[in-house]
Amino acid sequence: MKIYLDNAASTKVSKEVLEEMKPYFSKEYGNASSLHDFGQRAKKALEKSRRIIAESINAETEDIVFTSGGTESNNFALKGVAFANKEKGNHIITSSIEHDCVINSCRWLEKQGFKITYLPVDKDGFVSPEDVEKAITKKTILVSVMHANNEVGTIEPIKEIGRVCRKNNVYFHSDACQTYTKIPIDVQEMNIDLLTINSHKIHGPKGVGALYIRKGVRIEPLMHGGGHEFKKRSGTENIPGIVGFAKAVETAKKSDITHMTKLRDYLINEIEKRISEIILNGPKGEKRLCNNVNFSYRFIEGESILMRLNEKGVMVSTGSACSSNSLEASHVLLAMGRKHEDAHGSIRMSLSRDNTLEEIKYVVNQTEKTVSDLRKMSPLWNR
Amino acid sequence: MEYSKKVMEHFTKPKNMGEIKNPDGIGTVGNPVCGDLMKITIKVSKNKKGKEVIKDVKFKTFGCAAAVATSSMVTELAKGKTLNEAEKITRNDVAESLEGLPPLKMHCSNLASDALKEAIKDYRKKKNK
Repeated sequence: MKIYLDNAASTKVSKEVLEEMKPYFSKEYGNASSLHDFGQRAKKALEKSRRIIAESINAETEDIVFTSGGTESNNFALKGVAFANKEKGNHIITSSIEHDCVINSCRWLEKQGFKITYLPVDKDGFVSPEDVEKAITKKTILVSVMHANNEVGTIEPIKEIGRVCRKNNVYFHSDACQTYTKIPIDVQEMNIDLLTINSHKIHGPKGVGALYIRKGVRIEPLMHGGGHEFKKRSGTENIPGIVGFAKAVETAKKSDITHMTKLRDYLINEIEKRISEIILNGPKGEKRLCNNVNFSYRFIEGESILMRLNEKGVMVSTGSACSSNSLEASHVLLAMGRKHEDAHGSIRMSLSRDNTLEEIKYVVNQTEKTVSDLRKMSPLWNR
Repeated sequence: MEYSKKVMEHFTKPKNMGEIKNPDGIGTVGNPVCGDLMKITIKVSKNKKGKEVIKDVKFKTFGCAAAVATSSMVTELAKGKTLNEAEKITRNDVAESLEGLPPLKMHCSNLASDALKEAIKDYRKKKNK
């Protein structure tokens, strides 16, 4: 049995998505910039996809720019806005729990002379809109706060942050890679100026994403070339990927969210009932992303848990230093005030609509056994 | 993480896991803050030639798969050896017996031979008191 609980990392491409993409590899293979029939058919598919994605977030169609994924969209938003607005100011505000591609873009911008404020979070990972407002100065050009955190599933108050930014005349960017199609997004109502979304977290293909850029936002392109994507992102459009991305958006259902929420709450409740000395990382209830479960199992180490579960066919992820190339524990858990040793013992299980209650029951049993076996081995566990 | 078969064997079915009651020597190395902590306990007796040998050895480890596997392996390598032989077991010996470790794990999670040395040192210290 193989049970995949790492859907925050990537998801399975659905059948409908794959079928939709197939013709665009070897039948409809034209370049969307070409004037002939094949080119125009590719162009039509591109524009239809753009419309679907724009409508899903209540955006204007021409405000959607396709990219190679979440990392590129976040890099583009941060660096593009920074360089286009440096006459206005050199200050950017973000949170200390952003994805690495935001944090490391900010670190790079610091080297180029920009000033970055990394806002703290509370013990559940929430950014405070008041903190955002207090951090804004005359030099502030951009605020970037993620919609929900990829490790702990905390849903940030982006509507309130959006309001603060609008009031202060500062651009607001949000990374919605984890929430897109899982939480309704309305860029008008939420005062979002730039929004990062991607495809492979929602049963679409890898290598495609988009950046929503509100009309009038000043932004420098990262890619210079033939002027594709409204002169904002050059490079021949990845038509099969984009078509697949749009199909993934179209086939996401409200009932998927209900299903994942039910499984999530079952998983959290069972683990809390059956395993002692654990810490739920992130909040409970509706402020938690519908597919995220993250616990620290005290006195044991996450990579060990992961590898033992993997032996039993259960695939998860960990915030332990031992599993990262940097050998540093999760910056998200540390920012939330977790001790290093508890960050090492963290395991994230992220669900998809394809998971079943049967699978989750098996996972609970295997987790209980694994934790108990590893604790017997731990010099820190004395029972 | 890509581990050798041997590492996975020792990780999933570790040998000599536990703690010896009233041990002759205890060695603890590592730090849970860094993600690794190992405790090795030994029982020492004399062989027919009158040399001190490791009669029994057990480990307890907090850490990743590599940390567990190296702990298990070092106990296997040390068992029955004289103290002088056991002291000479190096990190490399342990890694080689496990058919290699991922480069990233060579330093941080390969502390088991150090813990064994500490246990032997602890035994000698107690003996010479």
